[in-house]
Amino acid sequence: MLTLLRPAARSGATGVPRAFVRPATALWLVLTVSRAALGDGAAAEPAANIFESTACTTPVSPLDKIVGRRLAKLGIQPACCSDAVFVRRAFLDVIGTLPTAEETRAFLQDQAPHKRQALVDRLLDRPEFADYWAMKWGDLLRIKAEFPVNLWPNAAQAYHHWVRTALRDNQPYDQFVRALLTSNGSNFRVGPVNFYRALQNRTPEGIATAVALTFMGSRAELWPTNTLSGMASFFEQLSYKPTREWKEEIVFWDPDKELAPAGSNAPLPAATNSAVRPAASAAAPAPPARHAAAFPDGARLKRLPPGRDPREVFADWLITPRNPWFTANIVNRIWSWLLGRGIVHEPDDIRPDNPPSNPELLAYLQQELVASRYDLKHIYRLILTSRTYQVTARNPKPQAPSGAALFAFYPLRRLEAEVLIDAINKVTGASDLYTSAIPEPFTFIPENKPAIALPDGSITSPFLELFGRPARATGMENERVNRPVPAQWMHLLNSSHIQRKLEGNRRLKELLKTRPQPQAVIEELYLTILARLPTAAEVQTIEAYTKSGVVKSWEVWTDLSWALINSDEFLYRH
Amino acid sequence: MKTKRSDNRQWLDTSSTGWCGPAVSRREALRRGFLGAAGLLLAERLGDAARADEAPPAGQPGPAKARAVIQVFLWGGMSHTDTWDPKPDAGYDYTGSLKNAIPTNVTGIQLGELFPGLAKQADKFSLIRSMTHRNNGHETAAYLMQTGHLPGERLAYPSIGAVFALLKGYSVGYQGLIPPYVVLTQPQGRFSEAGFLGSKYKPFATGGDPNASRFEVEGVIARGITDARQTARRDLLHKLNTFGSALPDNPQLALAAAAEQQAYDLILGKGREVFDISKETPALRDRYGRHTFGQECLAARRLVEAGVPYVTINYPGGWDTHSNHFATMQRQGPQLDQGLAGLLQDLSERGLLDSTIVWCCGEFGRTPKVDWQPPWNGGRNHYGNVFSVLVAGGGFKGGRVVGATDAKGEEVKERPVYPIDLLGSIYELAGIDANAKLPHPMGLDAHVLAPGEAGAKSAGRLKEIM
Repeated sequence: MLTLLRPAARSGATGVPRAFVRPATALWLVLTVSRAALGDGAAAEPAANIFESTACTTPVSPLDKIVGRRLAKLGIQPACCSDAVFVRRAFLDVIGTLPTAEETRAFLQDQAPHKRQALVDRLLDRPEFADYWAMKWGDLLRIKAEFPVNLWPNAAQAYHHWVRTALRDNQPYDQFVRALLTSNGSNFRVGPVNFYRALQNRTPEGIATAVALTFMGSRAELWPTNTLSGMASFFEQLSYKPTREWKEEIVFWDPDKELAPAGSNAPLPAATNSAVRPAASAAAPAPPARHAAAFPDGARLKRLPPGRDPREVFADWLITPRNPWFTANIVNRIWSWLLGRGIVHEPDDIRPDNPPSNPELLAYLQQELVASRYDLKHIYRLILTSRTYQVTARNPKPQAPSGAALFAFYPLRRLEAEVLIDAINKVTGASDLYTSAIPEPFTFIPENKPAIALPDGSITSPFLELFGRPARATGMENERVNRPVPAQWMHLLNSSHIQRKLEGNRRLKELLKTRPQPQAVIEELYLTILARLPTAAEVQTIEAYTKSGVVKSWEVWTDLSWALINSDEFLYRH
Repeated sequence: MKTKRSDNRQWLDTSSTGWCGPAVSRREALRRGFLGAAGLLLAERLGDAARADEAPPAGQPGPAKARAVIQVFLWGGMSHTDTWDPKPDAGYDYTGSLKNAIPTNVTGIQLGELFPGLAKQADKFSLIRSMTHRNNGHETAAYLMQTGHLPGERLAYPSIGAVFALLKGYSVGYQGLIPPYVVLTQPQGRFSEAGFLGSKYKPFATGGDPNASRFEVEGVIARGITDARQTARRDLLHKLNTFGSALPDNPQLALAAAAEQQAYDLILGKGREVFDISKETPALRDRYGRHTFGQECLAARRLVEAGVPYVTINYPGGWDTHSNHFATMQRQGPQLDQGLAGLLQDLSERGLLDSTIVWCCGEFGRTPKVDWQPPWNGGRNHYGNVFSVLVAGGGFKGGRVVGATDAKGEEVKERPVYPIDLLGSIYELAGIDANAKLPHPMGLDAHVLAPGEAGAKSAGRLKEIM
């Protein structure tokens, strides 16, 4: 027994702090893990040992100290997740993609002490990072050709291409937002102008509401009317006009614009001149605004500076380290994307009476964002390499009600529609064909392109619809719904769509040719689908199934794949 | 190995015998003393459902005449002048090759020549010939016709089917085996039918083809899998699905387990029999027509008989006949005629027509004047100025015509009918208060219909045929 304890003891001896692990728990876990490793275990091991780690090798970061202080006050001791849990979680959270069996095996066998950090670094550089996060931003920025925002395919493609490129290149966040707020030009050619194009309500108030939601995490519906109309003034000189190209529009600053009466819901009239007015002609004094321009913090402007696009005046106010809305919004969103819950929750509902659960944590991330010159990947890295991110999904103290809000555990979340279908396709060697017949011209997406890389919210499938892909109508985080409904289970358990993939599983056929021993097949299926090795009890259950006489040889393997795909462990981030 | 999943299910099961989702309201969960952290989390997670489920149908109108609705949606927009508002005297530039009108069993009502079957059932339905909204975009017009709300608001409203799923389904303890809002067979996918109500209120789209030898309803009837194997592999799944034992009392997993249980109630339970059209006599199946649309109409009747409150048939084929118009009409018109006539006759013979509304239209009509220029070469384009709707049953009188168009079918001549008037009438017959508040994700004031909405026109409900 002493020998079995050594690994844990050694990790303690290297000076790695061992916060988060109670000694008693650690001992018990070591014993059970080791018994399984020795193959001594017809009996079912407590499932926890697959998912939890005996020794937390991840260094304690300043972030962990901030989180840990609050948890310690409540007497909560989170547990660290196992390597198998981490590799799957990191792949899904960072690139929206399952690891392959080879990637999982290599990570599990890797003996390097900082392999988790190294994995995070590799994932942040993968092309799927840009795909996956462009999908997330596509929800917030409403990238969709069709109803209700009616961007039209060309504009949706231009918009998505711009966003994806910015994320791929890790464009500093301040520049990213400034481009979205202040660009001019054709919405088929200048991607970011579509921020103003992809709106149902293109009144100044409608625009201000979208800006507040997207970049301040604030719901202007809850503001006093004056605050909204003051902010709306900055968007009163924005104009749209058609070109000869079908459905193309120029979005531009139009200082001479005629204004619709305040409170009207109708889109403002488009300018009539045929060319974009050069900025020089802006020397003419701006027409009086309908309301005095005022920033959401209450600071008023006597008049908008003539000769300057008011959107730039607004961007100057918003995009500064001193504006807490600006920095809090983005770090809080990233936190919530990775940890399933905002420090301010909901993440797009920042307001004084909805305070952060851990203000020090929010402030720390804001400082880090500013100090890194708005480097978003720096924030991702800070979070992903923390112990706080690497806790298990088990609630260590269910009787403490604020554990969830203080990040005592990693909350289960069902895989998003796109991630789920990509994962199913990946483990079965299948693919889905995505097309969009509306509007013309039809869009066909090359087969093998994953759903997370779809540029346009109008390109969809019954599966994506069923599993809660958002309509991209509102830009709100809660538009994406991952709540289970029975029809989803019918689809996963029993649809021809999924059954065809299982029966045509090319990966499995290859595997059976090269490594036909049942034990090896089981192991490979577990690594592929659940990113871990099977336990002895699981192997026994499967062997019993093969002998049950209900199914023939090949069906055993399709049914096993089917069962693993329908297991909670597969369907949820954990 | 006993899984946590079945443990968690116990308390959910006591209240969720039907398709109501985990029908545990926040209140109920608290009443049962479910006060642990997990319970609170669950209550929070059930939040949106609970909000929806508790929405009080404020100020119910009179007793419901209609128990169910079958909507036949002619996606793309069917020509009104070639079908239910024929203008035989308008000349060849307007009628094209479909220049004949035929009499019906109601004196004074004529139909286009492609509808001899419906002509024999004209006493059972009424025609609105003055439907108008002047919107010529597929998506916006379809949204308008199925929500009654003007496109362009911040949030997308739910379609009438989703409103039924809420107010005639989940919020009133619907216990059917089949989801309360079913689409035969494909969702239209151009706007989110559930709108802001969320995915629970999306229609259940059957997939498959009811005219095939076996109607393989996606997720319910699987090809090539015997019941023995279904049962065995479910057992395998439950044995391998040990994740829950690592996460005792996890509320998300409890919800997942409840959803899975309900799926199996349909897969291995009685629900699937509703979709077994082979139980109908060959003669009746022939009467509906041995084509996809005809058998969809028959499947719709079986669903209504089984208690489903709202069924939409998205016509299997488009009516967006910019080109190839007359050939498409010659192909699809007779199938539409046969299926609809068969449905009205069958519902009537079974005494179901009095309690079942049938309504049929596209999102708009088509230009009464034929476009003979290339590339259309005899096509008709989008036309929202005026078009026709067929309504029957559930309190709608038969054998009437509402409104009229001018001599060429180009404008409303009398009694305009706006989307809000049509949907308001359907809601009224179904006992749904059109002013009822809908549960809005941000708590905004949202109602089933909003006659006061800026620019929303109304000329009154269809009292003349109710």
